[in-house]
Amino acid sequence: MDRLSKMKERIIVLFLALCAVMTLFVTVSIIAILLGESLLFFSKVSPVEFFTGTRWTPTIKPYSFGVLPLVIGTLMITIGAGLIAIPAGILSAIYLSEYASERTRNVLKPMLEILAGIPTVVYGFFAFAYITPYLKKIFPDMQAYNALSASIVVGIMIIPIVASISEDAIRAVPRSLREAGYALGARKPRVILTIVIPSALSGIVASFILGISRAVGETMAVTIAAGRTPRLANILNPDDWMKSIETMTAAMVEIGMSDVSGQSVAYKSLFAIGLTLFAMTFALNTVSYIVKMRFREVYR
Amino acid sequence: MKTENISDWLFMMLTFLATVFGIVLLSALLVMTFYEAAGWLDIQFLTSPPSRFPEKAGIYPPLLGSIMMIALVGIFSVPVGVGAAIFLEEYGSGKKITKIIEINISNLAAVPSIVYGILGLGLFVSTMHLKPGIVLVGSLTLTLLILPIVIVASQEAIRSVPGGLREASIGLGATKWQTIRNVVLPSSIPGILTGVILALSRAIGETAPLIMIGAATTIFTAPKDIFSPFSALPMQIFMWTDMPKEEFLYGLAPAGIVVLLAIMLSMNAIAIVLRNHYRKKLRW
Repeated sequence: MDRLSKMKERIIVLFLALCAVMTLFVTVSIIAILLGESLLFFSKVSPVEFFTGTRWTPTIKPYSFGVLPLVIGTLMITIGAGLIAIPAGILSAIYLSEYASERTRNVLKPMLEILAGIPTVVYGFFAFAYITPYLKKIFPDMQAYNALSASIVVGIMIIPIVASISEDAIRAVPRSLREAGYALGARKPRVILTIVIPSALSGIVASFILGISRAVGETMAVTIAAGRTPRLANILNPDDWMKSIETMTAAMVEIGMSDVSGQSVAYKSLFAIGLTLFAMTFALNTVSYIVKMRFREVYR
Repeated sequence: MKTENISDWLFMMLTFLATVFGIVLLSALLVMTFYEAAGWLDIQFLTSPPSRFPEKAGIYPPLLGSIMMIALVGIFSVPVGVGAAIFLEEYGSGKKITKIIEINISNLAAVPSIVYGILGLGLFVSTMHLKPGIVLVGSLTLTLLILPIVIVASQEAIRSVPGGLREASIGLGATKWQTIRNVVLPSSIPGILTGVILALSRAIGETAPLIMIGAATTIFTAPKDIFSPFSALPMQIFMWTDMPKEEFLYGLAPAGIVVLLAIMLSMNAIAIVLRNHYRKKLRW
């Protein structure tokens, strides 16, 4: 091979390597930008005030940057969505792997996946335009913006995540374990609940955490349906679910759409919330990965 | 015996109902949306700019904005995504850096989309001093968002090319790059294309990152070039759900949603047809 084409190959490999390394650059940029701007923010607002403050009024005087009301809002959506997606997801996983025929599964599984493919702005519309008015017939005190209908749609959109990862875990449980159960005289539901599910538990728990992490980062559905009212709600009080709240993501949208200047503290607070959000989802994803790897039952 | 049979059956029904619960609910919501869109969806809607008056309002500028942006995302993400996938599969396998990059990619895929919006704002607007809210910034931001999906799909497509084909090419005296260009890539193009189209169809539904980079909420003229300010379909839908008049929420927003879903559905259909077409043609 002549020198020229050798050089050409080297340049090409270098280009390919650059493409791959660019993904590392993306992660580094995310962290650098979030940290850099957050530091500027924390030079104006103390971290103690940010993390323990109970009022969030970034654009209205007197300015206050307590992130707790937003964290509570996010928590409400996450809990509500989890209450729907976790049971529905795990039961779907059981049906798809233990009961459905190959043909039924080939029809239902792609349909279930569609739930995760619908744009979140459309889910926001569904919640605000249809689900809230229906719920209002049951709960007349319900506000137009409320945490309940937002968490319902977020729950629906994360069902496929919980279902598909749980299903993989359930499918990995060897047949012999089930047969041992049947040989002992156990019936199918009992085999599923006392043998299959416990054996697949690490994968199932990992799927819950991943679904929860998706709910934490969800933006448009909660912005449209739950409104933009930062409020220190009581999660255990049903009345508070009928009222408008504000999640961390919705607060970011609100600041992003307002005409605050790039130098203002409100603008910088965007990055502080972003950093908190990034840290939360990163922690959840990592825990999910560790649970899956560390507590995985190894079958031969 | 009997009661046990019934409880077995009840348990199965419970799992079945849980499976179809979301599907049925979504279908019902979609039917209502399509029903309400029916009276609003016409040529005038597709060719007019937004307006304060519902009967005059249309979706043309954001529709064109979305199309321009997605075309650009495709142009940006394919070379980088496929390049990264080739490197990871053909040159880097087994190396430590490959392992690190792959873990990093799976982490990036789980970062909330609004964080990518902040990344775009910090990287392209604050650092590179591009104007906020222009087509180019929107495209670059969404490129970063879908890059992990494009890379993973391309990796899978490249991996599915049998090793024997590579060895045959090397055995005939081709260099590694010649083998990749003439043997590996042509065989993996259908898989790559399918993955790219699916990733683009996800990008076209994204709203939050566009809000963060300052895309216009309402715009009356379609973008002229990549440096023009723009709005996108989901942004316009978001605006219409936020308007006080009933016609916007129960008329224009559903009509916009139908247009958005129709585009996504056709992209998915193209991806499936492509995959099936080549699956028949390519047999190892």
